[in-house]
Amino acid sequence: MITLPEVLSLGTLLFCISVAGIFLNRKNIIILLMCIELMLLSVNINFIAFSYFLGDIHGQVFVFFILTVAAAESAIGLAILVVMFRSRDTINVSELDSMKG
Amino acid sequence: MRTDLIILMPEITLLVMTCVVLLVDAFSEDKFRKITYWITQLSLLLTICMVFYYSPDYSYLAFNGAFITDTMSVILKIVICGISIIVFFYSYEYLKESELLKGEYFVLGLFAVLGMMIMSSAYHLLSVYLGIELLSLSLYAMVAMHRKSKYSTEAAIKYFVLGALASGMLLYGISMIYGVTGSLQLTNIADAINNSAIEKIYLVYGMIFIIVGIAFKLGAAPFHMWLPDVYQGAPTSVTLFISSAPKIAAFAITVRVLVDGLFPLIDDWQSILSLLAILSMAIGNIIAIAQENIKRMLAYSTIAHVGYLFLGLIAGTPSGFAGSMFYVISYSLMTIGAFGMIILLGRFDLEAEKIEDFKGLIVRNSWFALIMLFLMFSMAGVPPFLGFWSKWFVIKELVDSGFFVLAVAAVFFSIIGAYYYLRIVKIMCFDKPDTMRAIKASQQMRTVLTINGLLILIIGLSPNTLMNLCLSAF
Repeated sequence: MITLPEVLSLGTLLFCISVAGIFLNRKNIIILLMCIELMLLSVNINFIAFSYFLGDIHGQVFVFFILTVAAAESAIGLAILVVMFRSRDTINVSELDSMKG
Repeated sequence: MRTDLIILMPEITLLVMTCVVLLVDAFSEDKFRKITYWITQLSLLLTICMVFYYSPDYSYLAFNGAFITDTMSVILKIVICGISIIVFFYSYEYLKESELLKGEYFVLGLFAVLGMMIMSSAYHLLSVYLGIELLSLSLYAMVAMHRKSKYSTEAAIKYFVLGALASGMLLYGISMIYGVTGSLQLTNIADAINNSAIEKIYLVYGMIFIIVGIAFKLGAAPFHMWLPDVYQGAPTSVTLFISSAPKIAAFAITVRVLVDGLFPLIDDWQSILSLLAILSMAIGNIIAIAQENIKRMLAYSTIAHVGYLFLGLIAGTPSGFAGSMFYVISYSLMTIGAFGMIILLGRFDLEAEKIEDFKGLIVRNSWFALIMLFLMFSMAGVPPFLGFWSKWFVIKELVDSGFFVLAVAAVFFSIIGAYYYLRIVKIMCFDKPDTMRAIKASQQMRTVLTINGLLILIIGLSPNTLMNLCLSAF
């Protein structure tokens, strides 16, 4: 039988991996989008675990909303990515430095 | 159920009208964009009427406690719609001039306003999250509106990544609070914390993530990295929009979550917010001094203002919250005036983005130099303008609650802040202008900007009306 702390550790581990991915990645914006996706999914694991162990349905409903919003979010992210590639011919994170001050 | 829907009438009206705007725009040609604009303004006016008409005499919880209508939400919704009307007015002038006039701006803007209205009524962590996302997703797309500009797209991707990170943090915090209290509704959360013996450490752990998420959205230091780049890179009309009404909505959810939901943890969030407030005031006011780009300077000034906004919340009393509400309303009035001036001075091929573009404005057009002087004096906190009273109210509440060190820090940093506001006044009044080019703006633009500037003086001369309104909300 899996216990709550085990599931929560998995969620937290995935969350940490995704946050580290956002900060460490210097190459490709698509990897950033993947990290964002992973972060939302790790939160979903948390919600479902709590929902299951509390015997309360609200957490699972919340997960459906997060999934929907995550889909909309990645659509907008990819759209911005395409626009950026057209205007700059690169999707390299380390070249995003035209504004300073 | 029927009363629930009646409570929701303003939002339903706005949603239906947004769809109408979307359809009308899809079927009209470029030369008829004016129609889209007028329907947009009409729907915001209609929404304000609806908010007035359906405002209940007492606070009312709808949809199993997910949505609340009370004095605070009514006032904030009216202010949000009113500010957005002025924002759309300035934006229309700007978009026409820079040939960016597309219907999408207005449709996305109306969706953002809808998100803000939901945020100001949210009483359940799910509606808080959905309101924030509706607002943010619209704003990401709006920042990228100027597709050919490399600054605009870069700003959009930065805003998107950091905004999504903030949502993730907020969600992680929400999941923790849900796990510990077993509820997502704010009153139930407060009851659960009061009535059961929950280990406080878990609650504080979740709350920290929620505060980080909200601080990201508000742009409080040290989570302010996106703000200067987005302000500079986005088209001025979008910067104008981002800097005004969304701050009011973010204030609303801060109050809902921290005061209505997590009030039993007040000692903990007071100390976290104090840290954020001091850092924001310091970083905002000091780095703003070094800026040459006026949009970037206003971004750092926003960070500083967010710091002051927190001061009223830290005070932890109803009159302190009212002070913060006064602050955020007066801040958004001032900031739309300042961005309105940038739009007024700009032209098709040349935006008045540099501080030196304001050189000798007093010779070129003394009336608008005076309005800009009002705006800058007000932001710096010089009496009798509105900005003075907003600072005065929050600092007074802070002293009354016994936070002397924080109050002294606030006054100290506002003295540093006065330097860069007064520098603009100096450049405007005492430097020689580089060009004597006449200001080419429509009569309506001049009228509205004049009203905007005079409003700051008039409310500043009798601040008690607005303050009493804010006090009635808590």
